[in-house]
Amino acid sequence: MNDPRHPIDPDRDATGLSRRTLLRRCAGWAGTGALYTMSGGVVSSITLEAALAADAAPTATQPFTFLQISDTHIGFDKAANPDVRGTCLAAIAKIKALPVQPDFVLHTGDITHLSKEDQFAQAQDLLAGIGLPMFHVPGEHDMLDDGGGKAYLARFGKGTKGTGWYSFDRHGVHFVALVNVANLQPGGMGHLGADQLAWLKDDLSGLKDSTPVVVFTHIPLWTVYADWGWGTDDSEQALGMLRRFGSVTVLNGHIHQVIQKVEGNLSFHSALSTAYPQPAPGAAPSPGPLKVPAEQLPSMLGIRSARFAPGTESIALIDRSLSA
Amino acid sequence: MTRSPLTRRAALQWALVLPPAALLARTVGAAPAASVQIKDFAFVPEVITIPAGGTVTWTNTDEDPHTVKAVDKSFGSAALDTDDRYSFTFDKPGEFTYFCSLHPHMHGRIVVTAG
Repeated sequence: MNDPRHPIDPDRDATGLSRRTLLRRCAGWAGTGALYTMSGGVVSSITLEAALAADAAPTATQPFTFLQISDTHIGFDKAANPDVRGTCLAAIAKIKALPVQPDFVLHTGDITHLSKEDQFAQAQDLLAGIGLPMFHVPGEHDMLDDGGGKAYLARFGKGTKGTGWYSFDRHGVHFVALVNVANLQPGGMGHLGADQLAWLKDDLSGLKDSTPVVVFTHIPLWTVYADWGWGTDDSEQALGMLRRFGSVTVLNGHIHQVIQKVEGNLSFHSALSTAYPQPAPGAAPSPGPLKVPAEQLPSMLGIRSARFAPGTESIALIDRSLSA
Repeated sequence: MTRSPLTRRAALQWALVLPPAALLARTVGAAPAASVQIKDFAFVPEVITIPAGGTVTWTNTDEDPHTVKAVDKSFGSAALDTDDRYSFTFDKPGEFTYFCSLHPHMHGRIVVTAG
């Protein structure tokens, strides 16, 4: 469903980083055919337009903005960032300073670093300072309690199913929260599991193809780099269910850098962390925390705003680093 | 184990028979022990061979936490932060593959021989 005014080549990865040094350091993927807008600092934006549907949902009536924040890792204290609380607060200040306040915030996981009670408590306390409704999914760092994820569910599990999946609707857009960090299989990557896939099939079954869909989950749903486990074993089963929709935006965290990909009506976007950067795929012996000079750190952390323009099912994403 | 003075020849013969010291430390009268380092998102060495009754100690030197989880669930650690350790004593012979439940592409194997 390509609009000839805004051609997007679905066979190429797309990334919209505006600083070449950051591109070299953080995202060794080059791409063409994507649209970019600038908003100071490191910015990437992709506008995905689907054809107007003859039977557009009557509730998709107004533009709205939401925010994605990811990988706050409250409790991390190593060299890559000894003050993750401070950088989280800087991200929150940035959110509060946005000229148009988002309606709500999605957190794509690794809220805490070690799933400790005091880390969850501190994270919730910090994020409450945004003053907006929050929707969470866990990262693998949020599943480390003795109960293997029960601590996360005790705080964020209300209204969710299984390991914490759920969906909700806002302004005619269907949001799906998936958990791909539970019951990880030896030798594998992220994992959705049969129960969650069965729920997803049922959850999507009543929706029209013209309903814009946003899927958010921690580990990328496309294979960014298999050697480092940056992908989801059984995501194809989920993506197969999503391909009939005119506009599907997949938002992930986990890799602490922005890498994006367009595949037909599906666009995939990983996000910056507010805690610390990680190396570009294969650019280091392992995907551990990447230490950079202190003055450079803010440019490698950030948030993402997303604006929906109804009627065209288009979404504009703007990544804003903490140095912008 | 009784102590006896070793001739030079006997000492050389024992040196050839014993496994490399880096992998297996044997002290007269003590249970065997082995070490695995968790480094750069890998278990090093990937395979350890140890006699039944021996203890393996994993030490995480990464800046990311990791876990040690047996595929057959016969042993498992809590989350290990940097410099944290986990030890397990293998009483029975067998082969035990394990992985990190946070980063499941990380894997290793303990081969436990009859004591």
